Amino acid sequence: MSDGTATSQPGISPAGLSQGESWGEWLDRHSRTFFIAPAVTLVLLFAILPTFYTVVFAISHVRFSATGLKFRMVWLENFAAQFTGNQQVHFLGRFTSMSIAGWLFTAVIAGALLWWLYRAVAGGASWVGLAGRLISAAMAMFIALLFAATLLSGNQWGTLLNTLFYVVVGCSIQFVIGLMLAFLCSQPIIGKNFFRVLFFIPLMITPLGVGYAFKMILDVTKGPFQPFWQFVGLGNWAWSTDAWAARWFVILGDSWQWIPFIFIVLLAALENVPKDHVEAAQVDGASSFQIFREITWPQILPVAATVMLIRMIEAFKIVDLPNIMTSGGPGIATESMTLHSLFLWRANNMGDSAAVAYLLLILTVVVCSSFFNYVVVKRLRKARA
Amino acid sequence: MDIRKLAVAAASAVALCGLSDVACAGQYDGVTINILTRPGPVIAGAVSQRGKEFEKLTGAKIIVNEVPYAEIFPKVQQDWSTGTNSIDVAVFAAGWGVELAAAGLLENLDPYIAKDGKIDVQDIAPYFREFAQKIGGHTMVIQVDGDFQMVYYRKDVLEKNNLQPPKTWDDYLAIAKAINGQDMSGDGKPGYGSCIFKKRNAQSYFAIQTIASTIVQTQGTAQGFQFDNATMKPLINNAGWKKAFELYKETSKYGPPEELNMDIGDTRALFKSGRCGLLIEWGDPGPLQLEDDAKGIKNKLYATNVGSKEVLDRKTGKLVPVSKETAPYAIDGINYAPFSAFGGWGGAVNAKSDPKVKQAAYDFLSYISQKEQSNVDVTMGWTGFNPYRLSQLKSTDLWVKSGMDEGLAKNYMGAINDALNNPNMASDLKIPGAQQYTGVVLDTELARYMAGEITVDEALKNIEAGWDKITKDFGSDEQIKQMALAVGPAK
Repeated sequence: MSDGTATSQPGISPAGLSQGESWGEWLDRHSRTFFIAPAVTLVLLFAILPTFYTVVFAISHVRFSATGLKFRMVWLENFAAQFTGNQQVHFLGRFTSMSIAGWLFTAVIAGALLWWLYRAVAGGASWVGLAGRLISAAMAMFIALLFAATLLSGNQWGTLLNTLFYVVVGCSIQFVIGLMLAFLCSQPIIGKNFFRVLFFIPLMITPLGVGYAFKMILDVTKGPFQPFWQFVGLGNWAWSTDAWAARWFVILGDSWQWIPFIFIVLLAALENVPKDHVEAAQVDGASSFQIFREITWPQILPVAATVMLIRMIEAFKIVDLPNIMTSGGPGIATESMTLHSLFLWRANNMGDSAAVAYLLLILTVVVCSSFFNYVVVKRLRKARA
Repeated sequence: MDIRKLAVAAASAVALCGLSDVACAGQYDGVTINILTRPGPVIAGAVSQRGKEFEKLTGAKIIVNEVPYAEIFPKVQQDWSTGTNSIDVAVFAAGWGVELAAAGLLENLDPYIAKDGKIDVQDIAPYFREFAQKIGGHTMVIQVDGDFQMVYYRKDVLEKNNLQPPKTWDDYLAIAKAINGQDMSGDGKPGYGSCIFKKRNAQSYFAIQTIASTIVQTQGTAQGFQFDNATMKPLINNAGWKKAFELYKETSKYGPPEELNMDIGDTRALFKSGRCGLLIEWGDPGPLQLEDDAKGIKNKLYATNVGSKEVLDRKTGKLVPVSKETAPYAIDGINYAPFSAFGGWGGAVNAKSDPKVKQAAYDFLSYISQKEQSNVDVTMGWTGFNPYRLSQLKSTDLWVKSGMDEGLAKNYMGAINDALNNPNMASDLKIPGAQQYTGVVLDTELARYMAGEITVDEALKNIEAGWDKITKDFGSDEQIKQMALAVGPAK
């Protein structure tokens, strides 16, 4: 360790220089800041500042003129239009009357959320923790109400629930299949290296390519697989004109591309599970399922939760596949929030486009933070314990 | 200097200076013209090909930037408004120019035309010359294409079934129903009674207007059929548009199963393979049927204009039979209103480009539009250019030379001439926000109605609200003024 008094220079001292501290020591003490500064500056310039600048668009009506963009402040009008204005049906869905199933579902979710909040209060949660839970509960209640008023009441839902459908259903399917494939490839089977490469390839294809490939494969009247569709009796089945079939096919394409991501990460995690633990359990007569549940799963859980979080964040931004495969149709049945925002941007409706983008950001942050705090962290603590 | 070199130089100078009165050999050495348009080969391919010739003739460098159709307008507007100015020429729908012109972004091409002895603007059909090219009385766009929609029918299939070509939309449905499922391609595959591009964010909103115009517009082009042009009140939530929506949906019964997900590329592939009995299209299928991949339908795809026997009475909001009073331009009891869907591809020049680049850009647009080039381009289906000059529609020679038989050539020219000469031709919207009104609001609600998400009444109500919002954004008075400039004073 250096002696500050021995190396200190008389005369001018830099701001913040402690008495008796040399330039070298001062630089050394702040080296972390200096090293990280270029990266932080770049992130601020190219990510954070544009994000804040987008707020200006979201609260304005934007017109183009010969002298540049003309902003007229409309404050929250663009946001309000998504909830109560002419964009409501597009964003949230169509509301008529709530069905009994819808009311029941709402009541169950409301009860569960109240119980969850009560337990947090009774458990001595901090004010910050309680505020976070209230935000998460409010978002969950809003989504539940939307779900009950649209799908459970026989109404069309909008781009918000479409996005959540892709995230929740799509990611769940991808996780289950990815885990199964990873588990299979972690076993001592013949040709497992070949399957590893094979299962990984779809991830390297551009989403546009995947979209066009699936559109072509699923073309029942004039695509290369038309004879096959005809042979299996689906030559006249128009999946793209059926809302649910179209949604599922978008998920199919998305899953084909993203299962490899889950697969490769979980495979690495599975291969890091100590073999002696597994062998000890086998010696004790544990079944394969018991070994997976009691030994393997707790050890891969941190990685599994993280990969799911990353996948969910990515899934919220889905745009290429519904754009290429169905152009958001039939109607708006397959339109995600990103695609909704893109279509508004294409129409030079910058204000509404930015508002939808911000609503997506809020949704993503709240859902993913909630998932991380109340699912991932909880499981991690349990696993560590 | 070598005599041979002198001769070549002289010959080149004659050829180059013959391009227009202003373009000569080497005149544009070092000048680069950046053009933005839709992806090729359609339009972009043709522009690129003519661009190579222009480069050789003048020394200019032509760069054609291709972006998806739906992104042409926002990209141009953003590029020119924000001062980026990386684009010198935009080749887009003639109607889109209005919004750019209102923002002062378009070069007035009148002075250039005045000096140009080659373009022969009087040869351009009156509708395209006066409505499509001009904004506020000044030529801001040079047409390289003429667009309106017609109905095409398989002459052989109709003859086999003893059916007459459709004259009304009810005829269209009856014929589609009668021939649906028949083998029209000769390969045992069932054909479709009707093929229409109904995919969202594609061309569906044009086809619906082709039907609606014949029911809603009766008093000539200036009357319009999307708005009450005097007040800008949407003219959409009424029995006329409702019938058009219902007719449009009815055609799906006789179309391909995935028609709602088909754009123009899909329907063209289908009719070229011989599997469509009827279709709504622009002028392209005329020459497209002569291409190698359409041998099965060569000289079999005929064109006609279809109208309505019932029209909208704007006072009562109800449908009434066609009469001299309700539809003065009707022919044999049928109201026709051929819809100039899209208005044709045209080139506009960036007002902020360098003066020399602007002159070169104009000369290039003039070069494509001149009869010597244009009268060849419109006969080739792959170019995407359709007839818009009178000289292209005077005789069948041009078309017979391109491979049509005399009967088809006469039919094709006749259908186009009937439309172009119709005083009730329906104009595509040519006011600021045109793309938002139809390409976004109408298109989205139509798609939702077609998908069964909403009823026709809900769709029309939503469109009315959406259109009102856009009008409010741009200013009602401004839109009324722009509408009058586009189609003339309101009737």
